Amino acid sequence: MSEFFAMDGYAAFLWPSYLITFVAIVANIVIALKAHASARAAALRRLEGDPAGTQT
Amino acid sequence: MGTNWAWFHRFGSPPHVYRLAGLLTPWFAWPAALSILAALYGGLVLAPPDYQQGEGFRIIYVHAPSAWLSVMIYAVMATAAGVGLIWRMKVAHAAAASCAGIGAWFTVVSLVTGMLWGKPMWGTYWVWDPRLTAQLVLLFLYLGYIGLRSGIDDLGRADRASAVLALVGVVNIPIIRYSVEWWNSIHQAPSVMKMAKPSMPMEMLVPLLLMFLGFTLYFAAVMLVRLRAEILRRERSASWIREALR
Repeated sequence: MSEFFAMDGYAAFLWPSYLITFVAIVANIVIALKAHASARAAALRRLEGDPAGTQT
Repeated sequence: MGTNWAWFHRFGSPPHVYRLAGLLTPWFAWPAALSILAALYGGLVLAPPDYQQGEGFRIIYVHAPSAWLSVMIYAVMATAAGVGLIWRMKVAHAAAASCAGIGAWFTVVSLVTGMLWGKPMWGTYWVWDPRLTAQLVLLFLYLGYIGLRSGIDDLGRADRASAVLALVGVVNIPIIRYSVEWWNSIHQAPSVMKMAKPSMPMEMLVPLLLMFLGFTLYFAAVMLVRLRAEILRRERSASWIREALR
């Protein structure tokens, strides 16, 4: 197992590459879901006639 | 003409696109997750080490798909921007705007993973090589597009101005693609995306192709969620929103 993580000496380059890719994948999911949730909340406020809903 | 264009007009209708995007998202998201997980296992565990680069070559499984996304997303963004500009289709502008952030992220990922691959293989994190420089220009195009949009308050003007920038930037796409052939680049030539047989054994190639597929499906899912957000933001007082959100 430790041999797998050592990646024959390339661990210091390989795992950070995988980490930043993972971060980008997760971050973009979070950004998209948050954008949709806040746009939805703002749209609902607009429907209620709340002027705050016009500020997105 | 006539009714054959009905599908095209439906794609200009925000309620239709909002609903369709919501229906399609899981059909992209789950296959994306499965493909990426399978490709991870195939690339990190099943694929044999490279005869020149040893275990280090496995960076390809995150680097090449990220680079592919960075360029493919730009092409999608520019196409949507062009459609928006020519047919004055607001949904197309919304689609283009939904692409930019994701594209910028994966351009950064391709650059950073490329640097991390370059250090052990080339002996340096960065060289002003045609391929690397063109990829950096791609990042600046994305950032310029995002900056231009956020700098213009009027949405219609922001759409048109950013669409023009996106279309001008298309020039950079063939430069990225062919830089390794036109100039004496340090970057290796394509080993998968070429007409001849890929220069890779199957055990290496299959996880890579799965990763390309997974990343592409992932982009579609994330972009559709952002598109829905963008459509909601744009539709100030449309009555369909009441139905869609209840």
